[in-house]
Amino acid sequence: MQHLEIDNVCASYGKLEVLRDVTLSADKGEVVSLIGPSGSGKSTLLRVLIGLTPLTAGSIHVGGERVDYSNRKNLKKLRGHMAIVFQQYNLFQNMNVLRNVTIAPVKIKKQPRADAENKARELLEKVGMQEKAEAYPDELSGGQQQRVAIARALATNPEILLFDEVTSALDPERVKEVLDTIRSLTDEGITMMIVSHEMAFVREVSTRVAMMDEGRIIEVGPPAQIFEEPQQDRTRDFVSKILSH
Amino acid sequence: MFERLATEAPLFFNIHNLVFIGQAMGRTLGMTLIGCGVGFVFGLLIAVLRQTTGRLLLPLRFVAIAYVEFFRRIPFLVILFIVLFVIEPLMPGTSLFGIATVAVCLLSTAFLSEIIRSGLESVPRAQVEAATILNFNTLQTLTMVVLPQSWRVILPPATAFVVMFIKDTSLASQLGVIELTFAGKILVNRGFSPVLGFGTILVCYFALSYPLSRFAAYLEKRLAAS
Amino acid sequence: MDYTFQFAAVFEELPYLLGGAAITLQIAFVSFWGGAVIGLFGAIAKVYGGGFWRRLASGYVVAFTNTPALVQIFLLYYALPDAGILLEPLTAVLIGLVLNAGAYLTEILRAGVLSVRRSEIEAAQTLGMSGLQIVRYVMLPHIAKTIYAPLSNFFVWLVLGSSLAALFGVEELTGRAINISTVNLRSIETFTVVAMIYVVLTVIASSALALVGRLAFRVKAKVF
Repeated sequence: MQHLEIDNVCASYGKLEVLRDVTLSADKGEVVSLIGPSGSGKSTLLRVLIGLTPLTAGSIHVGGERVDYSNRKNLKKLRGHMAIVFQQYNLFQNMNVLRNVTIAPVKIKKQPRADAENKARELLEKVGMQEKAEAYPDELSGGQQQRVAIARALATNPEILLFDEVTSALDPERVKEVLDTIRSLTDEGITMMIVSHEMAFVREVSTRVAMMDEGRIIEVGPPAQIFEEPQQDRTRDFVSKILSH
Repeated sequence: MFERLATEAPLFFNIHNLVFIGQAMGRTLGMTLIGCGVGFVFGLLIAVLRQTTGRLLLPLRFVAIAYVEFFRRIPFLVILFIVLFVIEPLMPGTSLFGIATVAVCLLSTAFLSEIIRSGLESVPRAQVEAATILNFNTLQTLTMVVLPQSWRVILPPATAFVVMFIKDTSLASQLGVIELTFAGKILVNRGFSPVLGFGTILVCYFALSYPLSRFAAYLEKRLAAS
Repeated sequence: MDYTFQFAAVFEELPYLLGGAAITLQIAFVSFWGGAVIGLFGAIAKVYGGGFWRRLASGYVVAFTNTPALVQIFLLYYALPDAGILLEPLTAVLIGLVLNAGAYLTEILRAGVLSVRRSEIEAAQTLGMSGLQIVRYVMLPHIAKTIYAPLSNFFVWLVLGSSLAALFGVEELTGRAINISTVNLRSIETFTVVAMIYVVLTVIASSALALVGRLAFRVKAKVF
């Protein structure tokens, strides 16, 4: 049984079809990366998974159970297991770093504040942000905010973690610190789905890579296959173009 | 004219008149505070209601929009008359102050809901999404994320509205509520000079309004800068 | 309650009410343009004027925006006869509203003047534009964009605010509503119809102003 199974999923924004019959799965602890040109549907797939964009057809199973996105309880349960980190970090601007990380455990999962804060400080240490626990998001650099966002996602103990172009909005010198943080998480048994344009990173951390184009998955395989012996011309094109940069 | 003022002034500013004016000022302030307090609560409800998207609440949203658009396009004086004519037969014995206060609340709710709505809309959608995926419910998202971030957009125009509102309550004098304006009229009818009577009333309004308008300007500058 | 609504008696008087609406619009118009002239001088005095003129303009704005128009007009109407000046009710109302509008428009116009950035004027100068060209191509578009929406909102506000003229016996829309309701004794119906007329009047006014703004100044003004 796969941990995460996506079967024939379709989604659209109004009349525009953004996902067409997408089928993909991830085993527990696997790191699956999505690559492809902008507008190919990678981010939409992540948004569908966490229930921010509705799917119009197909099904999604988590841990063997089908997710009913129209059912509030079901959605709540899903989001209890799954977390996402956004491109624009989306930290709560009105809360300091520590509160950003503890708010969901304390207010939603009803954990005792002291426990949640201890856990949060551990997580902040892990992402290298323990010094900034009292700072507000607008006092931090993009890379720092993104690391806090990762800590916030981890604070809910997710089994599945989604990364949506988390380094795209960062200055080049800040990219590394965030990638290092993600890399340190890959051996913790969390199933990950990563949308990224950092090909070297994708190749290093992924167990499998999926190439998307025009809302479809056109090729899935281990990194060696995708980057060295792609089966599809479109994949070869894309990879060679992006690697020649 | 100035001789008349000079001879009248000591007579005018006697303890009896001062208490009378003070009480009237209290009523003006009372109508303003109740109006804006109630208006803020209901305005918030309407603003939140208008943010919802569910089909179930569609009729309510429609009523809310109609209410806001209508009451912002009817003169306060006309609202006052309608409230008077509706409440008098329905609930005889309602005080004039009560009737005026109802009218005041109807008006402030409409205007404040618009101010609050633009405040809520100033918070980026991504903040709401971030709360949603952490399993915040609508109320939690509103109280923990959206409202704390929108008050700095809401507060300056809301304070400016209160300043406008103090002046609007002067029309309640027409119903016979003895607030500042009516108090001025009564004093002038008692034979005091209009300059003295209405002049004093103008000064009283100024004393209520000016500090608040300075505060609004301060908020505007302070909150817009950060 | 067994109150039965009877609108027929009010609809009979519709032409009379619409005549009142025309007077309402006229009062709003006069107040607006009168106020605009004062506001223009006020704004110039506040932005470019020396100490005295600036203080005078500020004092005027502060005094008039912090006190109710109704009481200002009471003062004009009842106090000036003491000084030997007798005003018609309409004249007193118009003077009061013009002075009031002048104070608010001073602030709106001032914001417009301040919206022009020094750097853009300098850029225009380096391009060799003449003073008149700078005003026409650089300053006016900026000012129009900044002040158009507040100006049209203010006009709507004046349409509603002019109803206080009724309290001095001026027979504009609200005044005529009072006249009718004392005769037909259908107060609720009369004022409901009058309220609707105000709604229609202001919707038309803001739509027309939004259209003009879009065509003439390329300003996207919202009606609702």
